[in-house]
Amino acid sequence: MTPQDASPADPRVLFADLIGEPGALLPVLLRIQARLGFVPPDYVPVVAEALNLSRADVQGVLSFYTDLRSEPPARHALRICRAEACQAMGSDALQVTPVPGRLEVEPVYCLGLCACAPAVVIDGALHGRVTPERLATFVADLPE
Amino acid sequence: MSETVVYVPGDAAAIAVGADRVAQALQAEAGARGLALRIVRTGSRGLLWLEPMLEVATPAGRIAYGQVAEADVPGLLDAGLLTGGAHALRIGAPEAHPYLRDQQRWVFARSGIVDPASLDDYLAHGGYRGLRRALGMLPAAMVAEVEASGLRGRGGAAFPTGIKWRTVLGANATQKYVVCNADEGDSGSYSDRMLMEGDPCALIEGMTIAGVAVGASEGWIYLRSEYPHAKRALETAIEGAVRGGYLGNSVLGSGRAFHLRLRIGAGAYVCGEETALLESLEGKRGVVRAKPPLPAIAGLFGRPTLVNNVVTLASVPAIFEHGAAAYAALGSGRSRGTLPLQLAGNVKRGGLVEVPFGISLRALIQDYGGGTASGRPVKAVQAGGPLGAYLTERDFDLPLDYEAYAARGALLGHGGFVVFDDRADMPKLARYAMAFCAAESCGKCTPCRIGSTRGVEVIDRIVGARAVEDRTRNVVLLRELCDTMTHGSLCALGGLTPLPVLSALDKFPAEFGIASDAVAGS
Repeated sequence: MTPQDASPADPRVLFADLIGEPGALLPVLLRIQARLGFVPPDYVPVVAEALNLSRADVQGVLSFYTDLRSEPPARHALRICRAEACQAMGSDALQVTPVPGRLEVEPVYCLGLCACAPAVVIDGALHGRVTPERLATFVADLPE
Repeated sequence: MSETVVYVPGDAAAIAVGADRVAQALQAEAGARGLALRIVRTGSRGLLWLEPMLEVATPAGRIAYGQVAEADVPGLLDAGLLTGGAHALRIGAPEAHPYLRDQQRWVFARSGIVDPASLDDYLAHGGYRGLRRALGMLPAAMVAEVEASGLRGRGGAAFPTGIKWRTVLGANATQKYVVCNADEGDSGSYSDRMLMEGDPCALIEGMTIAGVAVGASEGWIYLRSEYPHAKRALETAIEGAVRGGYLGNSVLGSGRAFHLRLRIGAGAYVCGEETALLESLEGKRGVVRAKPPLPAIAGLFGRPTLVNNVVTLASVPAIFEHGAAAYAALGSGRSRGTLPLQLAGNVKRGGLVEVPFGISLRALIQDYGGGTASGRPVKAVQAGGPLGAYLTERDFDLPLDYEAYAARGALLGHGGFVVFDDRADMPKLARYAMAFCAAESCGKCTPCRIGSTRGVEVIDRIVGARAVEDRTRNVVLLRELCDTMTHGSLCALGGLTPLPVLSALDKFPAEFGIASDAVAGS
């Protein structure tokens, strides 16, 4: 399962097994995003119909949660923890300029690595005790 | 030659500082040297500043080596790592380490020791003794046991756990639920994560006991998406429990059913609030519900629901194994038992310290923590997460006890402590508290949704004002705003955000450009 698989002809195959689940909407949206990297806007009416919800219900959940997105992601994702424990260890000095399409840089509020602060996550890989120099190396070492 | 077992933490914090690379290097180097070695990925012991900390099983017990980098591996093997040989990184027996020696581990008794993926290992270390005892008791007696233990909610609110259990037990319904709040979003807290990664079976056992006690056949775990390692550990442990007959239609042949589901969040801090969490589990926006009705009466899908935090539920097996009286014998005042304290931020020896309530913050920060990581003086400590007060030197001798902290206008919360050195910018931290609330507010109630944004603006005006009168006027406004948020918000997010803000203001008035007598609150 790699993110950004091609969209299947019938979007429903992505989440057919979840339709009967109680409270299925959030798991369905997370599944779509896990497969495609994002939730394409034209999936909203499909999900609404499959779960017998209104489009507003689906759009409402999609817009509420930080993790869910309606746009394709950049190739690489850097998330820098901006919460207190990382601030106490100088996370303000961790600054990286995003590169459209290639690298997105987002704040995250706590990765639970507060005793190994400051912490970042790059393409899912956790790093603690990060310095500005190490962070620059991580970013420079990202594959094209 | 028999194979030597080396334990390398698979804990996310250990991985973040290189544990996976150390494990790979060790496997490769041992292979190249023809050494028979088996690596077991455990949780962490909680000596997090020593991670990656690996342990070798020797005839004399486990021997630990700390702060191991992959480059150290060949040298360690040269030094006789597999027989516990001398080396600069050698720590010795982990249990004898001063950081661990005086801890009293009830909840974290197995973390860092057992293989979290192995049900057999869990059983070999006392696992499921609590459930076996519980299954011989009537539900009312089980609830009475929890009440007698004095256990209170470890997620932060410290509500007496037994009262919740009794309420759900007394609720009449064909379907009830046990929900585990594993949405640990507070900076400075990581005990839930460590428990789920290091000893997930204890959480499963605790939930099973809870389900049997209150008459709930279904348990749901709501885990935050930032914890993928905990997700994998829980999935494996749930599969193991199902295979072993500890979950299913008849738990250990008792005729009582208990099934467990794992649900993942999607990045919303407010979902740590129990009613927002229930909304999210129902697949909706994580918007806070007005109470009453309490979740214990009308919770998930409108059914009676027991909502407890990870550490609360994971405390239950030990209480049943050793008896409520033994647990209640520990502690201070109305805070009974142990609390896994978490030292974080600018501290030399950050980690998890499980001790009975009652020790002082000074002992925690100095004796365990060794002071700041930077070597500079401690300026402030935020206790209890982003909604907790900033404490200063004057507060350090307070006993760690829910009531003692509340009496000082502070929050013990989940026992997470973030240490700041003398470079901390208090107005900036106060502004951050408001900005965080604004970003994470669910939007349902006005004091939180609007108040937090106004709070950011007012703090900016205080800090930016040239004239003292302007600053003083805006401080009065900030206090009024905080009063509205405290008393008018629907949940703890808006209701407690004033704590860090006002504690920063009251304890560091000069940093806000205010004379201390001008702020002596209303």
